[in-house]
Amino acid sequence: MSERILMQGNDAIARGLVAAGCAVAASYPGTPASEILASIDRWRKKSGATMHVEWAVNEKVALEIAYTAAITGLRAAVSMKQVGLNVASDPLLSAAYLGVTGGFLVVSADDPGPHSSQTEQDSRLLAMMAKVPVLDPASPSQAMALAGTGFDLSEAFGVPVMLRPTTRVCHASQDVDAPPFRPPVREARFVKDPARWAATPVYRRLLHDRLAEKIAAIAAWPATAPVRVNPDIAPAKAVVASGVAFAHARELFGELGMSDRIALYQVIQPYPLHAAFIDHLLETYAEILVLEESAPVIEMQVADRRRVRGRMTGAVPATGELLPEIIARILSRFAGLPVPDGKLSAQGGGRRPTLCPGCAHRSSFYAIRKAAPAGIYPSDIGCYTLVINLGAVDTVLCMGAAVSQAAGFDYAHRISGKQVDIVATIGDSTFYHAGIPPLIDAVVQGARFVLVILDNGTTAMTGNQPTPGTGIGAGGETTAAVDMEGLVRACGVRFCRTANPDLLPEFVALLKEALVHARERGVAVVIARQPCAMVARTAGGKEPGAIMITGECAGCRHCVDRFECPALVFDEAANRIRIDEMTCTGCGVCVSVCPAGAIRQEPDGEKRS
Amino acid sequence: MSADVGKPPLPRQQIVLSGVGGQGILFLSRLLAEAAIAGGFPVLTSETHGMAQRGGVVLSHLKVGGFDSPLVRTGRADLLLVLREENLALHREFLADGGALIVNAPDPTDAGPGMRVHAVDADALALSAGVPHAVNLVLLGFALARIGGATAGGFFCAPGEIREALSRRQGGGGSRLADALSALDLGIVHGT
Repeated sequence: MSERILMQGNDAIARGLVAAGCAVAASYPGTPASEILASIDRWRKKSGATMHVEWAVNEKVALEIAYTAAITGLRAAVSMKQVGLNVASDPLLSAAYLGVTGGFLVVSADDPGPHSSQTEQDSRLLAMMAKVPVLDPASPSQAMALAGTGFDLSEAFGVPVMLRPTTRVCHASQDVDAPPFRPPVREARFVKDPARWAATPVYRRLLHDRLAEKIAAIAAWPATAPVRVNPDIAPAKAVVASGVAFAHARELFGELGMSDRIALYQVIQPYPLHAAFIDHLLETYAEILVLEESAPVIEMQVADRRRVRGRMTGAVPATGELLPEIIARILSRFAGLPVPDGKLSAQGGGRRPTLCPGCAHRSSFYAIRKAAPAGIYPSDIGCYTLVINLGAVDTVLCMGAAVSQAAGFDYAHRISGKQVDIVATIGDSTFYHAGIPPLIDAVVQGARFVLVILDNGTTAMTGNQPTPGTGIGAGGETTAAVDMEGLVRACGVRFCRTANPDLLPEFVALLKEALVHARERGVAVVIARQPCAMVARTAGGKEPGAIMITGECAGCRHCVDRFECPALVFDEAANRIRIDEMTCTGCGVCVSVCPAGAIRQEPDGEKRS
Repeated sequence: MSADVGKPPLPRQQIVLSGVGGQGILFLSRLLAEAAIAGGFPVLTSETHGMAQRGGVVLSHLKVGGFDSPLVRTGRADLLLVLREENLALHREFLADGGALIVNAPDPTDAGPGMRVHAVDADALALSAGVPHAVNLVLLGFALARIGGATAGGFFCAPGEIREALSRRQGGGGSRLADALSALDLGIVHGT
């Protein structure tokens, strides 16, 4: 049976992993990698395989769980976005030395652009630093195939292998022939060898020698060698490309008529670059152009600087996504063709993203500004980063940093003889991920700030994955749940109160109380608990009453500027607010936001009269 | 020159869909992609996810026929479907000379020289028909009727193939399928 089906890149990676007998999979959600784990679980159900599939508390834990399965001889995978790999880099670098007995694949999705990330970093550089081979797919179908190749490579040499898709692979969809499932038939079998699995520095040096030998051998492994697209010509110039930049280049070679004039190669394994390929390039071509995202990983391994063009020579822009329009210009210039001068497609611009209508984060941030108008507001990674529009987010660094930055602001001001109100915000999933150690630290150091944990019971930004507090597993099964209040108190916090931020006046009063505690006695935690509007919307229930704008609306714009709900629309012609019925959820929070009392709500169950 | 020399010609079509989060752009591009596969064509799409879904701009690329790259270059789209008029300023650059622009707007919009512009107030139509969340299908139905399906210079597929793709997606029928089909037909009636 061979049926072409539409698959998103992440779905295709998941299918490739399960089809190749992956038995343990763990992940922490992050765009563009989020869909992989949920897909793995869907394919697990479809194949009937016995697997352990989990949303881990963070990427480090996810990697350690999957890695450990791979030292019992099972095939295992971990998936994450590129900044998640930073969090997981500690176990990765060590795992490279120790190696594996079963296939181990680290899927790290990069985001050139960046579209939904803090950085444009290239995971292949981290693979290089860790000395693990990395595969760079150009399409969903190739990503699916390389999942299986990656397991084979990992087992052939006993090393972790990285699969590095980018946004344009993860979130591209394509018709693919799905491979049949190969159910995992192995049993876990851990062979004790403390000199290896718990190696001391003396043995680490020996393991490093062995890893270097493996990398040299992998640089000659035939299955991942570069592929020449047009082998029948003998030109003086070559283009060497990997990832989606290769897909753009291949299409442009046809359109620009370059296929019979310039050699085109696809590099599948950017690190270690095949040694014979480097020799072949330098022996054969006078000029070599390298197209890759987002760092010059291939380019720096082709040693002859006089003949190689790329990011290091300025032939390719140093930052940003390699859009096909940009590659068209680079290729035309390299081939000596007229350079197209068309406009680039718009990156960004237009309507800015904002919190959903009915989102309780909007209430929390409105209340924070009311309670601490002169405060400093460190924040964190999640939907609430969008609140930057509302002036209630001053800093965003990385997962969990809201808590440590709040403490850092306090210490910096304290030694300068100043006291300032600090209100930090962090989502529930981000708190579990990286917020707990800095909270313990802040308690011990006596830091003075209020931490608001925005507990909407889900990982909303990335598509509503469960958190450790929900008691729901990756496949919808029931798991144990962590008690957030108990956890906060166990960190040593003495003020910990939970409230619904949509009850605005009461919530503002609670924040003021917490600020008094923070100034006098140290860290105070307020848990703002209200379900995500996207989850609540699909859950059903009684129809909330319609929101109405009365004649008292003076057109002061307070609600649109300070509350910014997409359902509140300023009608310029009428100089007043109107409600967008297509987006309003009827949460009713705006009723207490309007200074003129011009927003009213009908009783529940009442439609607009 | 082309890599496809010697093979039977495939209809090659590049479509860009532009809107904002919540309008069903991803649904529309997947529906079209499934219709392409059912018609025997290779297909590549590229989607916007993550931050952009929170009410921000959403853009989908759809390439039907033998392509390698998942992205449509500026000046290359045969069809540009704009579900939110304000996005026109951002995305009109995708349209090829002689390409067709279908825009959800009350009045015909000037896209620039050499472009075929077709406007319909899909919001108003969908609201009046009681299917406010099917603006995407109203606009698609309008486009299929106005541009012509499975004809030279038209869509790669005909309305019937979209109906079949919808039925496959919402298997079991029910009121959701009925609403979707009526929204599509509403657009078709206004585009004819």
